[in-house]
Amino acid sequence: MMHWLNMGGYWMFVWPSYVLTFLAVVLNVYLARRSLQVAKTEARRRAQAQGSGS
Amino acid sequence: MNWTWFHRFGSPPYFYRVAGKMIPWFAWLAAITAVAGLVGGLGLAPADYQQGEGYRIIFVHVPAAVLSTMAYSVMAVAAGVGLIWRMNVAHAVAASCAAVGAWFTLVALATGSLWGRPMWGTYWAWDPRLTSELVLLFLYLGYMGLRGAIDDTARADRASAVLALVGVINLPIIHYSVDWWNSLHQGHTVLKFGKASMPPSMLVPLLLMMLAFSFYFAAILLVRARGEVLRRERNARWISEAIGA
Repeated sequence: MMHWLNMGGYWMFVWPSYVLTFLAVVLNVYLARRSLQVAKTEARRRAQAQGSGS
Repeated sequence: MNWTWFHRFGSPPYFYRVAGKMIPWFAWLAAITAVAGLVGGLGLAPADYQQGEGYRIIFVHVPAAVLSTMAYSVMAVAAGVGLIWRMNVAHAVAASCAAVGAWFTLVALATGSLWGRPMWGTYWAWDPRLTSELVLLFLYLGYMGLRGAIDDTARADRASAVLALVGVINLPIIHYSVDWWNSLHQGHTVLKFGKASMPPSMLVPLLLMMLAFSFYFAAILLVRARGEVLRRERNARWISEAIGA
């Protein structure tokens, strides 16, 4: 296991690359979902306002 | 050829509904291919005879770089479709590409730097491939900046579409930079005519990771585009039904 983690001495370049990519993957999932959620909340509020106004 | 599907996708309620159904499929395909690619790339593929274990960075670097140019291609095509056919959904798709593309251009540049330090002895060089990829990042940032600077959505769509189309010139420069100029960056390994210059034990995990990133991009793009469609169609009647309000 330690041998694998060491990546032949390149661990300080290999693992930060994977961590950075993983963080970008997770962050983009979060940002995309939040963007959709905000749009849905806004659309709901607007629909309710229209419903109570009519 | 039957273009009915094209016109259907131009309908915001249809796009919103179908995109919602497609997202879980793309997400699961991305997860499955990523797990298979990571097991193959980090576990099963042998060490490179020159670069040792350090070459394993390519299993995230190459897919991130492919995603960065793929996102720009999709953005430019969608912007062109929006501009020519005045299709609001196409503009929504184009607008949704930029942020994801910018993030993964940054990832490609950063992981490339981390690969370059042990292999070239430097984190950065003004190499044609690296420089054209950096220009891609600036194109994304410029596109987002331009959109953000114009309040009127229709005007922002048109102006940013023109910028996206002009920026397409950078895509062949990125791809062929390693052929056209003397470059530190290695030449084409996968996307070249004829036989790939990699053994299958390395090539298969790399292709799986490229597939995973492509599915991932499709899923993220559709999530963002649905939000963008909702914002643009905020006064439409179909919205209440679609969001269950």
